[in-house]
Amino acid sequence: MNYVIGVDVGSTYTKAVILSPEKEVVGHAMTQTGFKLDKASEKVYDQILKESGLSKAEIGYAISTGYGRHMVPYRDLTITDLTATARGSNYFFPKTRTVLDIGGQTMKASRLDEKVKVKSFRLNDKCAAGTGAFLEKTARYMGYETEEIGPLVQTSKEDVPISGVCAVFAESEVINQLSLGSAPSDIMHGAMFSLVKRAIQLLKRVKMESQVTLTGGIMRFKTMVDVLTENVEEKINVPQGEMVQFTTALGAATLALQRLEKVGASV
Amino acid sequence: MALSAGVDVGSTQTKAVIINEGLEIVGRSLIDTGANVVQAAEKAYLNALNDSGRREEEVAYVIGTGYGRYKVTFGDTQVTEISCHGRGAVHMFPNTKTVLDMGGQDTKAISVSEIGEIVDFCMNDKCAAGTGRFLGAASMALDIPLNELGPTALQSQKPVKISTTCTVFAESEVLSWLGKGKKITDILLGVHKSISSRSIALLRRVGLNQEITFTGGVAKNIGMIEVLNENLGTKLNVSDDSHYMGALGAALFAMDHIKTSRIPSRGEA
Repeated sequence: MNYVIGVDVGSTYTKAVILSPEKEVVGHAMTQTGFKLDKASEKVYDQILKESGLSKAEIGYAISTGYGRHMVPYRDLTITDLTATARGSNYFFPKTRTVLDIGGQTMKASRLDEKVKVKSFRLNDKCAAGTGAFLEKTARYMGYETEEIGPLVQTSKEDVPISGVCAVFAESEVINQLSLGSAPSDIMHGAMFSLVKRAIQLLKRVKMESQVTLTGGIMRFKTMVDVLTENVEEKINVPQGEMVQFTTALGAATLALQRLEKVGASV
Repeated sequence: MALSAGVDVGSTQTKAVIINEGLEIVGRSLIDTGANVVQAAEKAYLNALNDSGRREEEVAYVIGTGYGRYKVTFGDTQVTEISCHGRGAVHMFPNTKTVLDMGGQDTKAISVSEIGEIVDFCMNDKCAAGTGRFLGAASMALDIPLNELGPTALQSQKPVKISTTCTVFAESEVLSWLGKGKKITDILLGVHKSISSRSIALLRRVGLNQEITFTGGVAKNIGMIEVLNENLGTKLNVSDDSHYMGALGAALFAMDHIKTSRIPSRGEA
Protein backbone atom coordinates (compact mmCIF):
# COMPACT_ATOMS: atom_id res chain seq x y z
CA MET A 1 0.00 0.00 0.00
CA ASN A 2 3.04 2.26 0.12
CA TYR A 3 3.64 2.73 -3.58
CA VAL A 4 2.03 5.51 -5.61
CA ILE A 5 1.29 6.10 -9.28
CA GLY A 6 1.20 9.27 -11.39
CA VAL A 7 -0.62 9.07 -14.73
CA ASP A 8 -0.27 11.73 -17.41
CA VAL A 9 -2.92 11.39 -20.14
CA GLY A 10 -1.55 13.56 -22.94
CA SER A 11 -3.07 14.32 -26.33
CA THR A 12 -0.75 11.84 -28.03
CA TYR A 13 0.74 9.53 -25.36
CA THR A 14 -0.36 8.38 -21.91
CA LYS A 15 2.52 8.03 -19.46
CA ALA A 16 2.70 6.52 -15.97
CA VAL A 17 5.34 6.44 -13.23
CA ILE A 18 5.37 4.45 -9.98
CA LEU A 19 7.34 5.77 -7.00
CA SER A 20 8.46 3.75 -3.99
CA PRO A 21 7.96 5.10 -0.46
CA GLU A 22 11.63 6.17 -0.71
CA LYS A 23 10.72 8.40 -3.68
CA GLU A 24 12.51 6.19 -6.16
CA VAL A 25 11.18 5.51 -9.66
CA VAL A 26 10.41 1.78 -9.68
CA GLY A 27 8.55 1.70 -12.98
CA HIS A 28 7.48 3.75 -15.97
CA ALA A 29 5.27 2.91 -18.93
CA MET A 30 3.80 4.61 -21.97
CA THR A 31 1.04 3.88 -24.47
CA GLN A 32 -0.65 5.79 -27.29
CA THR A 33 -3.64 7.74 -26.01
CA GLY A 34 -5.93 7.21 -28.99
CA PHE A 35 -9.55 8.22 -28.59
CA LYS A 36 -10.59 6.11 -25.63
CA LEU A 37 -8.82 7.93 -22.82
CA ASP A 38 -10.08 5.67 -20.02
CA LYS A 39 -8.89 2.60 -21.93
CA ALA A 40 -5.46 4.14 -22.45
CA SER A 41 -5.12 4.88 -18.75
CA GLU A 42 -6.15 1.30 -17.85
CA LYS A 43 -3.71 -0.09 -20.37
CA VAL A 44 -0.79 1.92 -19.08
CA TYR A 45 -1.68 0.83 -15.52
CA ASP A 46 -1.53 -2.86 -16.49
CA GLN A 47 1.75 -2.28 -18.31
CA ILE A 48 3.45 -0.50 -15.46
CA LEU A 49 2.33 -3.06 -12.84
CA LYS A 50 3.73 -5.84 -15.00
CA GLU A 51 6.99 -3.97 -15.53
CA SER A 52 7.51 -3.12 -11.86
CA GLY A 53 6.28 -6.51 -10.58
CA LEU A 54 3.74 -4.85 -8.28
CA SER A 55 0.04 -5.56 -7.77
CA LYS A 56 -2.83 -3.09 -7.60
CA ALA A 57 -3.10 -3.76 -3.87
CA GLU A 58 0.37 -2.30 -3.35
CA ILE A 59 -0.59 1.05 -4.91
CA GLY A 60 -1.82 3.34 -2.18
CA TYR A 61 -2.59 6.49 -4.11
CA ALA A 62 -3.11 7.51 -7.75
CA ILE A 63 -2.98 11.04 -9.17
CA SER A 64 -3.91 11.76 -12.76
CA THR A 65 -2.88 14.76 -14.82
CA GLY A 66 -2.74 15.91 -18.44
CA TYR A 67 -5.59 16.80 -20.75
CA GLY A 68 -7.41 13.50 -20.17
CA ARG A 69 -6.92 13.47 -16.37
CA HIS A 70 -10.66 13.35 -15.66
CA MET A 71 -11.01 10.12 -17.63
CA VAL A 72 -8.79 7.97 -15.40
CA PRO A 73 -11.15 5.59 -13.52
CA TYR A 74 -8.72 4.62 -10.73
CA ARG A 75 -7.59 8.12 -9.77
CA ASP A 76 -7.78 9.43 -6.20
CA LEU A 77 -7.08 13.00 -7.25
CA THR A 78 -6.48 15.08 -10.37
CA ILE A 79 -3.98 17.92 -10.67
CA THR A 80 -3.22 20.23 -13.59
CA ASP A 81 -0.32 19.33 -15.82
CA LEU A 82 1.38 22.65 -15.01
CA THR A 83 1.60 21.70 -11.33
CA ALA A 84 2.67 18.17 -12.16
CA THR A 85 5.39 19.26 -14.59
CA ALA A 86 6.67 21.78 -12.04
CA ARG A 87 6.92 19.02 -9.39
CA GLY A 88 8.59 16.62 -11.80
CA SER A 89 11.13 19.24 -12.88
CA ASN A 90 11.86 20.01 -9.24
CA TYR A 91 12.41 16.30 -8.53
CA PHE A 92 15.30 16.20 -11.02
CA PHE A 93 16.51 19.79 -10.75
CA PRO A 94 15.61 21.51 -7.49
CA LYS A 95 16.90 24.86 -8.80
CA THR A 96 14.32 24.93 -11.63
CA ARG A 97 12.58 28.30 -11.87
CA THR A 98 11.27 28.03 -15.44
CA VAL A 99 9.78 25.03 -17.23
CA LEU A 100 9.31 24.63 -20.97
CA ASP A 101 7.12 21.66 -21.84
CA ILE A 102 6.45 20.82 -25.49
CA GLY A 103 4.07 17.99 -26.25
CA GLY A 104 2.23 16.70 -29.29
CA GLN A 105 -0.50 19.36 -29.25
CA THR A 106 0.64 21.97 -26.73
CA MET A 107 3.55 24.18 -25.78
CA LYS A 108 3.68 25.52 -22.22
CA ALA A 109 6.07 27.83 -20.44
CA SER A 110 5.81 28.46 -16.71
CA ARG A 111 7.77 30.25 -14.01
CA LEU A 112 8.01 28.77 -10.52
CA ASP A 113 8.89 30.16 -7.11
CA GLU A 114 11.24 28.43 -4.65
CA LYS A 115 8.27 26.51 -3.20
CA VAL A 116 7.60 25.03 -6.66
CA LYS A 117 4.38 27.04 -7.04
CA VAL A 118 3.51 28.15 -10.57
CA LYS A 119 3.72 31.96 -10.55
CA SER A 120 3.08 32.63 -14.22
CA PHE A 121 2.38 30.57 -17.31
CA ARG A 122 1.63 30.90 -21.01
CA LEU A 123 0.46 28.18 -23.31
CA ASN A 124 -0.35 27.51 -26.92
CA ASP A 125 -2.86 24.80 -27.65
CA LYS A 126 -4.69 26.61 -30.44
CA CYS A 127 -2.21 26.43 -33.27
CA ALA A 128 -0.27 23.36 -34.38
CA ALA A 129 2.64 25.50 -35.59
CA GLY A 130 3.84 25.88 -32.00
CA THR A 131 3.67 22.21 -31.02
CA GLY A 132 5.09 18.79 -31.74
CA ALA A 133 2.42 18.37 -34.42
CA PHE A 134 4.38 20.87 -36.52
CA LEU A 135 7.43 18.58 -36.57
CA GLU A 136 5.22 15.55 -37.27
CA LYS A 137 3.51 17.30 -40.20
CA THR A 138 6.82 18.54 -41.60
CA ALA A 139 8.19 14.98 -41.42
CA ARG A 140 5.02 13.58 -43.01
CA TYR A 141 5.17 16.01 -45.96
CA MET A 142 8.65 14.63 -46.70
CA GLY A 143 7.56 11.01 -46.27
CA TYR A 144 9.07 10.37 -42.82
CA GLU A 145 7.40 8.89 -39.72
CA THR A 146 7.53 10.50 -36.29
CA GLU A 147 10.12 8.00 -35.01
CA GLU A 148 12.42 8.93 -37.89
CA ILE A 149 12.58 12.64 -36.97
CA GLY A 150 15.42 12.20 -34.44
CA PRO A 151 17.82 10.19 -36.61
CA LEU A 152 16.97 12.34 -39.66
CA VAL A 153 17.73 15.70 -38.07
CA GLN A 154 21.00 14.40 -36.54
CA THR A 155 22.46 14.31 -40.06
CA SER A 156 21.66 17.96 -40.75
CA LYS A 157 24.56 20.25 -41.65
CA GLU A 158 22.70 23.55 -41.41
CA ASP A 159 19.11 24.65 -41.02
CA VAL A 160 16.94 25.77 -43.93
CA PRO A 161 14.73 28.73 -42.98
CA ILE A 162 11.15 27.55 -42.37
CA SER A 163 8.66 30.27 -41.43
CA GLY A 164 6.67 28.09 -39.04
CA VAL A 165 3.62 30.30 -39.30
CA CYS A 166 1.10 27.51 -39.98
CA ALA A 167 1.50 23.72 -40.04
CA VAL A 168 -0.75 23.53 -43.11
CA PHE A 169 1.05 26.24 -45.07
CA ALA A 170 4.32 24.50 -44.17
CA GLU A 171 3.45 21.85 -46.75
CA SER A 172 3.98 24.24 -49.69
CA GLU A 173 7.08 25.61 -48.00
CA VAL A 174 8.54 22.13 -47.54
CA ILE A 175 7.72 21.13 -51.13
CA ASN A 176 9.33 24.37 -52.37
CA GLN A 177 12.48 23.70 -50.35
CA LEU A 178 12.67 20.10 -51.59
CA SER A 179 12.32 21.27 -55.20
CA LEU A 180 15.15 23.77 -54.58
CA GLY A 181 17.30 20.80 -53.56
CA SER A 182 17.34 21.29 -49.78
CA ALA A 183 18.02 18.13 -47.76
CA PRO A 184 15.10 16.77 -45.69
CA SER A 185 17.38 16.76 -42.63
CA ASP A 186 18.10 20.49 -43.04
CA ILE A 187 14.39 21.25 -43.54
CA MET A 188 13.61 19.32 -40.33
CA HIS A 189 16.34 21.29 -38.57
CA GLY A 190 14.70 24.52 -39.83
CA ALA A 191 11.31 23.36 -38.54
CA MET A 192 12.87 22.79 -35.10
CA PHE A 193 14.45 26.21 -35.23
CA SER A 194 11.08 27.81 -35.96
CA LEU A 195 9.55 25.91 -33.04
CA VAL A 196 12.35 27.17 -30.79
CA LYS A 197 11.65 30.75 -31.86
CA ARG A 198 8.04 30.32 -30.74
CA ALA A 199 9.18 28.72 -27.48
CA ILE A 200 11.46 31.66 -26.74
CA GLN A 201 8.57 34.11 -27.22
CA LEU A 202 6.54 32.10 -24.71
CA LEU A 203 9.49 31.96 -22.27
CA LYS A 204 9.95 35.72 -22.50
CA ARG A 205 6.31 36.28 -21.71
CA VAL A 206 6.59 34.39 -18.41
CA LYS A 207 9.81 36.33 -17.65
CA MET A 208 12.05 33.29 -17.63
CA GLU A 209 14.54 32.88 -14.80
CA SER A 210 17.45 30.49 -14.39
CA GLN A 211 17.41 27.49 -14.28
CA VAL A 212 15.28 26.41 -17.20
CA THR A 213 14.15 22.76 -17.34
CA LEU A 214 12.97 21.29 -20.64
CA THR A 215 10.37 18.53 -20.67
CA GLY A 216 7.93 16.82 -23.04
CA GLY A 217 8.21 14.30 -25.86
CA ILE A 218 9.80 16.78 -28.26
CA MET A 219 12.87 17.06 -26.01
CA ARG A 220 13.86 13.48 -26.81
CA PHE A 221 15.22 14.96 -30.05
CA LYS A 222 18.76 15.98 -29.18
CA THR A 223 18.81 18.62 -31.92
CA MET A 224 15.78 20.33 -30.36
CA VAL A 225 17.63 20.56 -27.03
CA ASP A 226 20.80 21.75 -28.78
CA VAL A 227 18.99 24.52 -30.66
CA LEU A 228 17.25 25.60 -27.44
CA THR A 229 20.53 25.60 -25.51
CA GLU A 230 22.17 27.74 -28.19
CA ASN A 231 19.35 30.27 -28.19
CA VAL A 232 18.42 30.55 -24.52
CA GLU A 233 20.91 32.37 -22.32
CA GLU A 234 19.90 30.78 -19.02
CA LYS A 235 21.21 27.50 -17.66
CA ILE A 236 19.31 24.61 -19.26
CA ASN A 237 18.46 21.25 -17.65
CA VAL A 238 17.06 18.21 -19.39
CA PRO A 239 15.86 15.09 -17.52
CA GLN A 240 17.96 12.11 -18.57
CA GLY A 241 16.96 9.71 -21.33
CA GLU A 242 13.36 8.62 -21.47
CA MET A 243 12.48 10.50 -18.29
CA VAL A 244 12.12 13.73 -20.28
CA GLN A 245 8.79 12.35 -21.48
CA PHE A 246 7.76 11.17 -18.00
CA THR A 247 8.49 14.31 -15.99
CA THR A 248 4.81 15.26 -15.69
CA ALA A 249 3.68 11.76 -14.67
CA LEU A 250 6.55 11.69 -12.17
CA GLY A 251 5.47 15.05 -10.75
CA ALA A 252 1.98 13.67 -10.22
CA ALA A 253 3.50 10.66 -8.45
CA THR A 254 5.58 12.82 -6.08
CA LEU A 255 2.41 14.65 -5.03
CA ALA A 256 0.66 11.31 -4.62
CA LEU A 257 3.40 10.28 -2.21
CA GLN A 258 2.87 13.45 -0.17
CA ARG A 259 -0.87 12.81 -0.07
CA LEU A 260 -0.35 9.20 0.97
CA GLU A 261 1.88 10.31 3.85
CA LYS A 262 -0.77 12.77 5.02
CA VAL A 263 -3.63 10.29 4.63
CA GLY A 264 -1.53 7.61 6.36
CA ALA A 265 -0.80 9.95 9.26
CA SER A 266 -4.47 10.78 9.73
CA VAL A 267 -5.62 7.13 9.75
CA MET B 1 -13.39 38.44 -83.27
CA ALA B 2 -10.55 38.32 -80.80
CA LEU B 3 -10.61 36.12 -77.76
CA SER B 4 -9.01 36.67 -74.37
CA ALA B 5 -7.95 34.19 -71.70
CA GLY B 6 -7.53 34.15 -67.94
CA VAL B 7 -5.48 31.51 -66.14
CA ASP B 8 -5.95 31.26 -62.37
CA VAL B 9 -3.19 29.19 -60.77
CA GLY B 10 -4.46 28.32 -57.30
CA SER B 11 -2.72 26.44 -54.52
CA THR B 12 -4.79 23.33 -55.24
CA GLN B 13 -6.33 23.73 -58.68
CA THR B 14 -5.56 25.66 -61.84
CA LYS B 15 -8.45 27.12 -63.80
CA ALA B 16 -8.51 28.64 -67.30
CA VAL B 17 -11.29 30.51 -69.07
CA ILE B 18 -11.54 31.80 -72.66
CA ILE B 19 -14.06 34.56 -73.47
CA ASN B 20 -15.19 36.28 -76.66
CA GLU B 21 -15.79 39.98 -77.31
CA GLY B 22 -19.38 39.53 -76.15
CA LEU B 23 -17.85 38.60 -72.75
CA GLU B 24 -19.27 35.09 -72.95
CA ILE B 25 -17.31 32.11 -71.73
CA VAL B 26 -16.46 29.95 -74.75
CA GLY B 27 -14.04 27.54 -73.08
CA ARG B 28 -13.09 26.48 -69.58
CA SER B 29 -10.88 23.93 -67.86
CA LEU B 30 -9.89 22.93 -64.37
CA ILE B 31 -6.98 20.69 -63.36
CA ASP B 32 -4.99 19.93 -60.22
CA THR B 33 -2.03 22.27 -59.83
CA GLY B 34 0.36 19.60 -58.53
CA ALA B 35 4.08 20.21 -58.11
CA ASN B 36 4.85 21.53 -61.60
CA VAL B 37 3.06 24.87 -61.61
CA VAL B 38 4.31 26.06 -65.00
CA GLN B 39 3.09 22.88 -66.64
CA ALA B 40 -0.27 23.10 -64.88
CA ALA B 41 -0.82 26.63 -66.22
CA GLU B 42 -0.01 25.56 -69.80
CA LYS B 43 -2.15 22.48 -69.61
CA ALA B 44 -5.17 24.30 -68.19
CA TYR B 45 -4.89 26.93 -70.93
CA LEU B 46 -4.60 24.37 -73.74
CA ASN B 47 -7.51 22.34 -72.32
CA ALA B 48 -9.68 25.49 -72.24
CA LEU B 49 -8.73 26.25 -75.86
CA ASN B 50 -9.60 22.72 -76.77
CA ASP B 51 -12.94 23.08 -74.99
CA SER B 52 -13.70 26.26 -76.95
CA GLY B 53 -12.82 24.61 -80.26
CA ARG B 54 -10.92 27.77 -81.25
CA ARG B 55 -7.33 28.22 -82.37
CA GLU B 56 -4.54 29.61 -80.19
CA GLU B 57 -3.88 32.43 -82.72
CA GLU B 58 -7.34 33.84 -82.00
CA VAL B 59 -6.43 34.56 -78.38
CA ALA B 60 -5.08 38.11 -78.38
CA TYR B 61 -4.29 38.57 -74.69
CA VAL B 62 -3.70 36.26 -71.72
CA ILE B 63 -3.64 37.27 -68.05
CA GLY B 64 -2.36 35.12 -65.22
CA THR B 65 -3.77 35.33 -61.71
CA GLY B 66 -3.76 33.36 -58.47
CA TYR B 67 -0.84 32.55 -56.23
CA GLY B 68 1.07 31.05 -59.15
CA ARG B 69 0.32 33.89 -61.60
CA TYR B 70 4.02 34.53 -62.33
CA LYS B 71 4.30 30.92 -63.48
CA VAL B 72 1.93 31.60 -66.37
CA THR B 73 4.97 31.97 -68.63
CA PHE B 74 2.91 32.49 -71.79
CA GLY B 75 0.78 35.19 -70.16
CA ASP B 76 0.98 38.84 -71.26
CA THR B 77 0.66 40.19 -67.74
CA GLN B 78 -0.56 39.36 -64.24
CA VAL B 79 -3.36 40.69 -62.06
CA THR B 80 -3.92 39.71 -58.40
CA GLU B 81 -6.65 37.17 -57.74
CA ILE B 82 -8.41 39.65 -55.47
CA SER B 83 -8.99 42.04 -58.38
CA CYS B 84 -9.98 39.14 -60.62
CA HIS B 85 -12.50 37.65 -58.19
CA GLY B 86 -14.06 41.07 -57.68
CA ARG B 87 -14.29 41.67 -61.41
CA GLY B 88 -15.64 38.20 -62.19
CA ALA B 89 -18.24 38.33 -59.42
CA VAL B 90 -19.60 41.74 -60.44
CA HIS B 91 -19.76 40.59 -64.07
CA MET B 92 -21.84 37.54 -63.14
CA PHE B 93 -23.93 39.27 -60.45
CA PRO B 94 -24.00 43.04 -61.11
CA ASN B 95 -25.44 43.85 -57.64
CA THR B 96 -22.47 42.29 -55.84
CA LYS B 97 -21.08 44.43 -53.03
CA THR B 98 -19.08 41.75 -51.21
CA VAL B 99 -17.27 38.67 -52.48
CA LEU B 100 -16.47 35.63 -50.37
CA ASP B 101 -13.80 33.58 -52.09
CA MET B 102 -12.97 30.23 -50.49
CA GLY B 103 -10.13 28.33 -52.02
CA GLY B 104 -7.93 25.41 -51.08
CA GLN B 105 -5.61 27.33 -48.75
CA ASP B 106 -7.16 30.72 -48.29
CA THR B 107 -10.40 32.50 -47.69
CA LYS B 108 -10.87 36.11 -48.77
CA ALA B 109 -13.57 38.65 -48.08
CA ILE B 110 -13.56 41.40 -50.71
CA SER B 111 -15.66 44.52 -50.77
CA VAL B 112 -16.20 45.86 -54.31
CA SER B 113 -17.56 48.99 -55.99
CA GLU B 114 -20.34 48.97 -58.61
CA ILE B 115 -17.83 48.54 -61.43
CA GLY B 116 -16.01 45.72 -59.66
CA GLU B 117 -13.10 47.71 -58.28
CA ILE B 118 -11.66 46.60 -54.93
CA VAL B 119 -12.69 48.80 -52.00
CA ASP B 120 -11.26 46.67 -49.21
CA PHE B 121 -10.26 43.09 -48.60
CA CYS B 122 -9.32 40.77 -45.81
CA MET B 123 -7.83 37.29 -45.86
CA ASN B 124 -6.31 34.58 -43.73
CA ASP B 125 -2.65 34.75 -44.63
CA LYS B 126 -1.13 33.32 -41.46
CA CYS B 127 -3.36 30.38 -40.70
CA ALA B 128 -5.24 27.72 -42.67
CA ALA B 129 -8.23 27.65 -40.30
CA GLY B 130 -11.53 28.27 -42.04
CA THR B 131 -10.26 27.43 -45.52
CA GLY B 132 -10.94 24.60 -47.94
CA ARG B 133 -8.13 22.69 -46.24
CA PHE B 134 -10.33 22.30 -43.18
CA LEU B 135 -12.80 20.41 -45.37
CA GLY B 136 -9.89 18.52 -46.92
CA ALA B 137 -8.78 17.41 -43.45
CA ALA B 138 -12.30 16.23 -42.61
CA SER B 139 -12.53 14.45 -45.94
CA MET B 140 -9.28 12.58 -45.21
CA ALA B 141 -10.17 11.78 -41.60
CA LEU B 142 -13.63 10.45 -42.46
CA ASP B 143 -12.64 8.98 -45.83
CA ILE B 144 -15.42 10.77 -47.70
CA PRO B 145 -14.77 12.41 -51.09
CA LEU B 146 -14.78 16.23 -51.10
CA ASN B 147 -17.86 16.47 -53.33
CA GLU B 148 -19.94 14.35 -50.94
CA LEU B 149 -19.09 16.37 -47.82
CA GLY B 150 -21.83 18.99 -48.27
CA PRO B 151 -24.71 16.62 -49.09
CA THR B 152 -23.66 14.33 -46.20
CA ALA B 153 -23.51 17.23 -43.72
CA LEU B 154 -27.01 18.39 -44.71
CA GLN B 155 -28.52 15.10 -43.51
CA SER B 156 -27.66 16.05 -39.92
CA GLN B 157 -30.14 17.40 -37.36
CA LYS B 158 -27.71 17.70 -34.42
CA PRO B 159 -24.34 19.17 -35.42
CA VAL B 160 -21.35 18.48 -33.19
CA LYS B 161 -19.59 21.59 -31.89
CA ILE B 162 -16.06 21.67 -33.28
CA SER B 163 -13.91 23.45 -30.70
CA THR B 164 -10.50 23.50 -32.35
CA THR B 165 -9.43 26.35 -34.58
CA CYS B 166 -6.33 24.82 -36.13
CA THR B 167 -6.87 22.64 -39.21
CA VAL B 168 -4.27 20.15 -37.97
CA PHE B 169 -6.01 19.74 -34.60
CA ALA B 170 -9.43 19.61 -36.29
CA GLU B 171 -8.39 16.38 -37.96
CA SER B 172 -7.81 14.76 -34.56
CA GLU B 173 -10.96 16.32 -33.16
CA VAL B 174 -13.00 14.79 -35.98
CA LEU B 175 -11.50 11.38 -35.19
CA SER B 176 -12.12 11.79 -31.48
CA TRP B 177 -15.82 12.58 -32.10
CA LEU B 178 -15.96 9.49 -34.27
CA GLY B 179 -14.38 7.54 -31.40
CA LYS B 180 -17.08 8.88 -29.08
CA GLY B 181 -19.71 7.41 -31.37
CA LYS B 182 -20.97 10.59 -33.03
CA LYS B 183 -22.58 10.27 -36.46
CA ILE B 184 -20.51 11.28 -39.48
CA THR B 185 -23.33 13.55 -40.65
CA ASP B 186 -23.34 15.43 -37.31
CA ILE B 187 -19.56 15.79 -37.29
CA LEU B 188 -19.55 17.10 -40.85
CA LEU B 189 -22.28 19.65 -40.23
CA GLY B 190 -20.21 20.83 -37.25
CA VAL B 191 -17.17 21.21 -39.52
CA HIS B 192 -19.19 23.27 -42.03
CA LYS B 193 -20.57 25.49 -39.25
CA SER B 194 -17.09 26.08 -37.88
CA ILE B 195 -15.79 27.21 -41.28
CA SER B 196 -18.88 29.32 -41.82
CA SER B 197 -18.41 31.25 -38.58
CA ARG B 198 -14.78 32.00 -39.42
CA SER B 199 -15.71 33.24 -42.90
CA ILE B 200 -18.47 35.43 -41.52
CA ALA B 201 -15.97 37.02 -39.12
CA LEU B 202 -13.83 37.81 -42.16
CA LEU B 203 -16.84 39.22 -44.06
CA ARG B 204 -17.73 41.46 -41.11
CA ARG B 205 -14.28 43.03 -41.29
CA VAL B 206 -14.96 44.33 -44.81
CA GLY B 207 -18.51 45.44 -44.03
CA LEU B 208 -20.78 42.55 -45.03
CA ASN B 209 -22.71 44.63 -47.58
CA GLN B 210 -25.33 42.82 -49.68
CA GLU B 211 -25.43 41.27 -52.20
CA ILE B 212 -22.76 38.72 -51.37
CA THR B 213 -21.31 36.53 -54.11
CA PHE B 214 -19.66 33.26 -53.12
CA THR B 215 -16.73 32.19 -55.34
CA GLY B 216 -13.87 29.70 -55.30
CA GLY B 217 -13.81 25.92 -55.21
CA VAL B 218 -15.66 25.63 -51.91
CA ALA B 219 -18.65 27.43 -53.48
CA LYS B 220 -19.28 24.08 -55.21
CA ASN B 221 -20.19 22.65 -51.80
CA ILE B 222 -23.95 22.77 -51.26
CA GLY B 223 -23.53 22.23 -47.52
CA MET B 224 -21.29 25.28 -47.21
CA ILE B 225 -23.77 27.40 -49.21
CA GLU B 226 -26.73 26.38 -47.03
CA VAL B 227 -24.91 26.86 -43.73
CA LEU B 228 -23.64 30.29 -44.81
CA ASN B 229 -27.13 31.28 -46.02
CA GLU B 230 -28.60 30.26 -42.69
CA ASN B 231 -25.97 32.02 -40.58
CA LEU B 232 -26.01 35.18 -42.69
CA GLY B 233 -29.79 35.24 -42.98
CA THR B 234 -29.49 35.97 -46.68
CA LYS B 235 -29.09 34.16 -49.95
CA LEU B 236 -25.61 34.12 -51.44
CA ASN B 237 -25.16 34.50 -55.19
CA VAL B 238 -23.61 31.31 -56.46
CA SER B 239 -22.84 30.57 -60.09
CA ASP B 240 -22.21 27.17 -61.65
CA ASP B 241 -18.92 28.73 -62.69
CA SER B 242 -18.07 29.87 -59.14
CA HIS B 243 -14.65 28.24 -59.17
CA TYR B 244 -13.84 29.92 -62.52
CA MET B 245 -14.52 33.40 -61.15
CA GLY B 246 -10.87 34.37 -60.76
CA ALA B 247 -10.00 33.09 -64.23
CA LEU B 248 -13.06 34.85 -65.65
CA GLY B 249 -12.04 38.13 -64.01
CA ALA B 250 -8.57 37.76 -65.53
CA ALA B 251 -10.08 37.08 -68.95
CA LEU B 252 -12.30 40.18 -68.58
CA PHE B 253 -9.27 42.34 -67.75
CA ALA B 254 -7.55 40.82 -70.79
CA MET B 255 -10.55 41.73 -72.97
CA ASP B 256 -10.40 45.31 -71.60
CA HIS B 257 -6.87 45.46 -72.84
CA ILE B 258 -7.80 44.15 -76.28
CA LYS B 259 -10.59 46.70 -76.59
CA THR B 260 -8.81 49.74 -75.17
CA SER B 261 -5.16 48.72 -75.16
CA ARG B 262 -5.14 49.58 -71.49
CA ILE B 263 -2.60 47.37 -69.77
CA PRO B 264 -3.57 46.61 -66.20
CA SER B 265 -0.63 47.53 -64.01
CA ARG B 266 1.31 44.66 -62.49
CA GLY B 267 -0.04 43.49 -59.18
CA GLU B 268 -3.04 45.81 -59.53
CA ALA B 269 -5.31 45.45 -56.53
